[in-house]
Amino acid sequence: MDREKRNHLIRLFVAIAAVYIFITILEFTLRPTSIVFTVLRKGAIYSLVAVSMNLLNGFTGLFSLGQAGFMLLGAYTYAILTMPLSVKQSERVYKYYDCIVQFDTGVFIGLIAAGLVAAFFAFLIGLPVLRLKSDYLAIATLGFAEIIRAIFQWDVLGPLTNGANLLREFKDLSRITIPFTDIPFPPTLFVFIVVGISILLIVLLINSSYGRAFKAIRDDETAAEAMGINLFRHKELSFVISSFFAGISGALLAMFQYTVQAQQFRTVLTYEILLIVVIGGIGSISGSCIASFLYIALSEWWLRGLDMGTFLGIEAPDLFRSGFRRLVFSVIIMVIVLFFSRGIMGDKELSYERFRNGIRRLVPGRRAR
Amino acid sequence: MFEISNLSVNYGGIEAVRDISFSVPDGSIVTLIGANGAGKSTTLRTIAGLVKPRSGRIVFNGEDITGKDPAYIVGKGITLVPEGRRIFPDLTVLENLKIGAYLRTGSIEDDIEWVYRLFPRLRERSWQFGGTLSGGEQQMLAVGRALMSRPKLIMMDEPSLGLAPLVVRDIFSIIKKINEEGVTILLIEQNANMALQVADTGYVMETGVITLSGKGSDLISDEGVRKAYLGG
Repeated sequence: MDREKRNHLIRLFVAIAAVYIFITILEFTLRPTSIVFTVLRKGAIYSLVAVSMNLLNGFTGLFSLGQAGFMLLGAYTYAILTMPLSVKQSERVYKYYDCIVQFDTGVFIGLIAAGLVAAFFAFLIGLPVLRLKSDYLAIATLGFAEIIRAIFQWDVLGPLTNGANLLREFKDLSRITIPFTDIPFPPTLFVFIVVGISILLIVLLINSSYGRAFKAIRDDETAAEAMGINLFRHKELSFVISSFFAGISGALLAMFQYTVQAQQFRTVLTYEILLIVVIGGIGSISGSCIASFLYIALSEWWLRGLDMGTFLGIEAPDLFRSGFRRLVFSVIIMVIVLFFSRGIMGDKELSYERFRNGIRRLVPGRRAR
Repeated sequence: MFEISNLSVNYGGIEAVRDISFSVPDGSIVTLIGANGAGKSTTLRTIAGLVKPRSGRIVFNGEDITGKDPAYIVGKGITLVPEGRRIFPDLTVLENLKIGAYLRTGSIEDDIEWVYRLFPRLRERSWQFGGTLSGGEQQMLAVGRALMSRPKLIMMDEPSLGLAPLVVRDIFSIIKKINEEGVTILLIEQNANMALQVADTGYVMETGVITLSGKGSDLISDEGVRKAYLGG
């Protein structure tokens, strides 16, 4: 048993190391503007927010739709904190307002603060909202996200949020450096490191006794309560932690996009994340990750041609024009939801054994042993 | 010593329990019997802290625990095995047991071993998901899970519900075994015959009030009880 566990951990470690080495190699070989990097970065960022949503929806059984709101909080916090003081004092960004944040911080503090601000708001919102059940919780959190977006565009908050205008020139992916040097940090690697650490923390949480309590609440609230699990406290904990990581992924999204505007964090963003969680499998961390990369690769890369006139070598400018991609995409999603209603992974995790068995089933000749 | 005095509980808009009093001496098996809707489950849920009483006192080992949180009450050593088993279907048997010990700090290995010794079947099924167990095994898991909190008093809500007669016999012999290991038991049952056979003391509940009480063996032979609950 223990030996098996150790082998399992070693295999996991090797697989993760391989991914990071692969990313590093890509950074030094491909053109920096390659679409591959867009897919990898955005896919990783979406993985984190999908996993954070899965922690709530899949592991604690709380159907919350506030993800976009918490990402917005994280993105703004990060952008405002890390924007250099000289930029804040010039008129380049804060054109109509005088910025009231008269200091700037580094990337690390910015990221942590992004998470903490989102977590703090989650704590406050959680106090009334987490007493609601299922659908009502979803409606309340959805409403919260919309309210936050409206407030951030509010003129009165302009000295803080720059109103409805863009925030830019903060420490985005093109401006980060390796600590204590001036060497630029490989951007995709940076995203993968932050996302990797965050997801690792979530996985450790899920496998701890807290994670077990979350799952117990998901399975049967009454029984969990009878076992002495304080329902409200654990729901609040799960909600706050999930929002913390949603905040961090919001900050990463800001870094990836180079600009922040409240407009970007509409409900559609939450639905995208929800879709990824459902496609990946509710209750599966690896499923959420696989689904986000697939989703981003499809929408940003593989199906691009459907909007551009040429797809799979077929040239049909009249058919393949703006908007056709969305149509095809919707059909794909419908097929997935209809025929893989439990998602790619169900509630299981990707493992070497599963992978091997899958290959064996596909290749009948090699079933020996 | 566990004591309830003048307890009244409103549940779902009706007065489900009206001014009941009874006590459970340490190391005994006490049973509440009665028909559907007599208020037995409500009584247990109130003791566990899942429902707040309207009036009355619940005292455990000299401490007033009326209206306290479930977590506090479990911490004091009173654990409920809920009606209909309510094990966690998507957790493994072992995880289910660990949840039972959630409030405890320190090593629980000995207790897991204890539960596995009481229920060897659970050891075999250790890595299986709770939802894949048979009804009887699920009931064993529910009892085992409750034992993991090291209760001084364990309350069982209809442990025989929906189980085959042979399995019911197993469950009752386990109840006796747990009692012999020093755990006090408060049992509610519709299967009055079985319950009264193992119980030291029995209380009969009807529409929210206790109408009759006595030694288990006396109640079995009581004419009224025989007519109402034992089918003859």
